[in-house]
Amino acid sequence: MTLLTEEQTMISDMAKGFAMKELRPNAARWDKEGNLDRSKLEALGELGFGGIYTTEEHGGSGLTRLDAALIFEQLSRGDISHAAFLSIHNMATWMIDSFAHDQLRAKYVPRLTATELIASYCLTEPGAGSDAASLKTTAKLEGDEYVLNGAKVFISGAGFSDVYVVMARTDDGGAKGVSTFIVDKDAPGLSFGKHEDKMGWRAQPTAMVNFDDCRIPATNRVGDEGHGFKFAMAGLDGGRLNIAACALGGAQDALDRAFAYVQERQQFGRAIIEFQATQFKLADMETELAAARALLYEAATKLDKKTPDATKFCAMAKRFVTDTSSKVANDALQLHGGYGYLGDYEVERIVRDLRVHQILEGTNEIMRVIVAREMMKGQV
Amino acid sequence: MKVLVPVKRVIDYNVKVRVKSDQSGVDLANVKMSMNPFDEISVEEAVRLKEKGAVEEIVVVSIGPQQAQETLRTALAMGADRGILIKTDDNVEPLAVAKILEKVIGEESPELVILGKQAIDDDSNQTGQMLAALLDWPQGTFASEVILEDGKINVTREIDGGLQTLSLQTPAIVTTDLRLNEPRYASLPNIMKAKKKPIDEKSPGDYGVDTAARLSVVKVTEPPVREAGEKVEDVSELVTKLKAKGAI
Repeated sequence: MTLLTEEQTMISDMAKGFAMKELRPNAARWDKEGNLDRSKLEALGELGFGGIYTTEEHGGSGLTRLDAALIFEQLSRGDISHAAFLSIHNMATWMIDSFAHDQLRAKYVPRLTATELIASYCLTEPGAGSDAASLKTTAKLEGDEYVLNGAKVFISGAGFSDVYVVMARTDDGGAKGVSTFIVDKDAPGLSFGKHEDKMGWRAQPTAMVNFDDCRIPATNRVGDEGHGFKFAMAGLDGGRLNIAACALGGAQDALDRAFAYVQERQQFGRAIIEFQATQFKLADMETELAAARALLYEAATKLDKKTPDATKFCAMAKRFVTDTSSKVANDALQLHGGYGYLGDYEVERIVRDLRVHQILEGTNEIMRVIVAREMMKGQV
Repeated sequence: MKVLVPVKRVIDYNVKVRVKSDQSGVDLANVKMSMNPFDEISVEEAVRLKEKGAVEEIVVVSIGPQQAQETLRTALAMGADRGILIKTDDNVEPLAVAKILEKVIGEESPELVILGKQAIDDDSNQTGQMLAALLDWPQGTFASEVILEDGKINVTREIDGGLQTLSLQTPAIVTTDLRLNEPRYASLPNIMKAKKKPIDEKSPGDYGVDTAARLSVVKVTEPPVREAGEKVEDVSELVTKLKAKGAI
């Protein structure tokens, strides 16, 4: 952490302060009830977390990807589910601010950065996961409206969010036929499926989003027709850093809990931290998280500097940080013994929450494909 | 009105404090430091008064090592306007702090000085009172409410028997207690803006104050380890045991 600037330390401390006081004490309850707390999202918006790396013109904080990684890491120490959801909102907000025409930006971005409006991101479809360019949802221009038909799956915040950033096909031509749209929650023809019963991230609703002759103003198209897939790709590197950062923070919280537990737990007449088996485990967990953190910060710095190997580093960081975080969280559960398996100790929630970080925003297998492909391109 | 808020860089309240093996003090190596929580409350109160329009300028001052600048930045990010860093690596005792602050006040002429009632590192709880005596200003210590009204400062203070409200003539000294307010988080844009706010650098010598220690620390020790308690099944067993120990 000594490599951070004074401002980055302040930002990180502030995010941690918020996480510890406002999020962490509520995380178990949110997980049980399956609720996102709108008031916390609003409080986060007031502090500038609604558009962390969105430009300052419409209320964004104008910070770097490294700053964002520091923030999501700390917020996730409080609650992975809320932190990860906020990261999706940030990605959608950034996409509109970066690629929409000025009028559309002015209409949505100020309220998104302030978290008066919350945004979800709709790319994945039942038949288009890793192969996102094969998406089938269509958008047809009729007069001054687009008519959307199709369905999106695994949409975080479906039914909760006010605004949906949707990738849909305006033309047949593969990736080049995809365009991006903003769909308001009350648009006619928009509906939501049942909440998925998930292993983790239970505080946030995940559901299908259905478009049945869903009509939106033609002016709600982000950028030009056919540019959508480019926007989606542009968001991926940063999205992967966010997901990795949230995993890292969750794993840190698991380690913190385990470290406290092994100092309290007495067996064979002494605290179990006095056994070397415990110490070795703790030392490995600490080392592994430090290594993951170093790779994450380097990848974020490369993305900020737009180096040619940024995509490779973001993929490497996403794969390594999320795998390491899951392992460390699982080790933290093991250190708790039988109690780790109980909900009261909250480590099992962290293990459940972190599992999906190895799957979404590109599975960790796809990350390996990207890394190998970049290597073959000569970016060794 | 201009308000002066002194802030101190102390060991973070979350840190588990360790005593040095030679018992000369507390180990500060590699330990997280942050703004004294009572001073955070002081800054928050000053910012709230400014937001109400009762205050035009908030000046924060810190006496400490170079890193105390970070503490000033935190105050600037919360909403203070400018900072003064009085740089010294010495441990400055409350009387010397009060004497330096007296000189700073001479230059800045604030009408109100808000200090934390104590710093959580040494828990002296002396600086505000000493400063009031040196300046011969009225003081309202342990404030749980501060209201500015018709050129007067009404301070509600927490005392043993309940609450007491004092009406102070300006200029005055107020020291803050825990329940005065809940300090805000500095927002991301305000953290970035704080970077551009000015911080003047001075030294105790600039104010002609001798900061040499007048007290010597004989020994610092850990508090005794709490002994394990005893569990009882019910109230009657509790009462029997208490009687046996002569407690009731």
